[in-house]
Amino acid sequence: MKHDSLFKQFSLSIIWVWLLIFALLPFGLVTIASFLSRNDSHLITLPFTFINYFQLGNSIYIKIFKESFYIAGICTAICLLLGYPFAYLIARMRNRFKSLLILLIIIPFWTSSLIRCYSMITILKPRGVINSILLWLGIIDKPLPLLFTDTSVMIGLVYNLLPFMILPLLTNIEQLDHRLIDAARDLGANRFTTFRKIILPLTLPGILSGCILVFLPAMTIFYIPDLLGGSKSILLGNLIQNQFLIAENWPLGSAVSIVFTLLLAILLLIYWRSTRSNQARDLL
Amino acid sequence: MKRLPASSYLTAIYLFFYIPIIVLIAYSFNNAQYSLVWHGFSMRWYHELFSDIDLWIAVGHSLILGIFAATTAMCIGGLAAVCLYRYQFLGQKVLYGLVFILILSPDIVMGISLLILFSLIKISLGFWSLLLAHITFCIPFVVVTVYSRIVSFDQYIFEAAKDLGATDTVIFTRVILPLLWPALLAGWLLSFTLSLDDVIISYFVAGPDFEILPLKIYSMVRLGVKPEINALCSITFLLTLVLILLSQLLGRKKP
Repeated sequence: MKHDSLFKQFSLSIIWVWLLIFALLPFGLVTIASFLSRNDSHLITLPFTFINYFQLGNSIYIKIFKESFYIAGICTAICLLLGYPFAYLIARMRNRFKSLLILLIIIPFWTSSLIRCYSMITILKPRGVINSILLWLGIIDKPLPLLFTDTSVMIGLVYNLLPFMILPLLTNIEQLDHRLIDAARDLGANRFTTFRKIILPLTLPGILSGCILVFLPAMTIFYIPDLLGGSKSILLGNLIQNQFLIAENWPLGSAVSIVFTLLLAILLLIYWRSTRSNQARDLL
Repeated sequence: MKRLPASSYLTAIYLFFYIPIIVLIAYSFNNAQYSLVWHGFSMRWYHELFSDIDLWIAVGHSLILGIFAATTAMCIGGLAAVCLYRYQFLGQKVLYGLVFILILSPDIVMGISLLILFSLIKISLGFWSLLLAHITFCIPFVVVTVYSRIVSFDQYIFEAAKDLGATDTVIFTRVILPLLWPALLAGWLLSFTLSLDDVIISYFVAGPDFEILPLKIYSMVRLGVKPEINALCSITFLLTLVLILLSQLLGRKKP
């Protein structure tokens, strides 16, 4: 019996120690750093201060926060609109291609988003695919500036994050009991009512997990605005990266991260409240 | 009547996913510097790529890092998943929640928090900082992969083993491991893929002495679009593809 508890204690202490040192402690340090001052050797020093948080009240930062949430929100909405019918069609499929089609969604899910971002550049650049086709067709006589615009950032984000919307939706819709839909139709509900009263509420957990998985990274994948948006668009991810590695103002960068994390935590809490089921577990 | 719009919609989305990648791969074989026009099949960019020593060093670094990170994460995450399933212990819910928070928490926050930790405890940025960071972000994914597999096991197997006098360690090595190795391997492959692809966290904790592939690609792309990058991205894509297919085969939830 002594042996038993040894195995258990050994395993548990490893995972706890690891997570405490490399997950919780670092996050605690960010919190502390956000209340400290900046030093010229770019390390963090005392005194204790709230100045970093006051600085965030500056209209430049508020604008970045707003814009990031706005862009991430639009991106999430587009992904949902594109992804929901797609996931629904795949989930309802009953033929031998189904698992192949699902695999074709999983592949982009796990492929490096940097590479997929780069492949988007080859499509959008002045001498890229779209411009070449349009030029060849004679629709335009000089290349359109597709790259380095807000639209290209949006296309890049949707392109990268759409699989993260589709997969949780797919898992959710697959578990949907089709008899409920039949029952609703039998009882006289039309398509729209069936969708609104039966399908939508039952797939809400999938919708919410998908939205979270798209919304969270949309604000922080700093290399997409960096590569597709040129230097014009600055989002939260770029701001944090900038404060840490270029402006070397760690306390301010930490404060941005803390505020950002708190906002996300509130969103997640709403999610957790609204869905008691374990959908989130299934999505990965 | 309904089939045509449905299948054309599916096709459109799949084209959206795959055209950029296919174009990328096609142009890695195009014998021209900038033009989109097809100038004939050529392995020229691959040859140029293969003669780039720095790149090979970065590839080597990434592979070593990926192997070490995936192996460590597999061990720690696997043990954690087994514990979460088999035992009742103080803070079980907290541990479970923490794993999910880590999966959902933005990479950038993990990146900067580890950067602050490493600068505080004076770990110089390089192999070790990258390794510790990669293990940390891989662990939750291993836990989830292994856990989702282990819950499909027949609970009575463990009780039977226990009744027959097996200790926990024996149950682990003789019962759990043989049943669980496909899930562990799937977790390993997943971690390896994640480690190979990660840009954001590595961006913060990498040092100048230890260059890794994703960051190398990132800096090459920032400098401009070159045909060699097409070749490099094509190879990396195919490598990831193989890993995904393997982990899919292993990770299937079958009894």
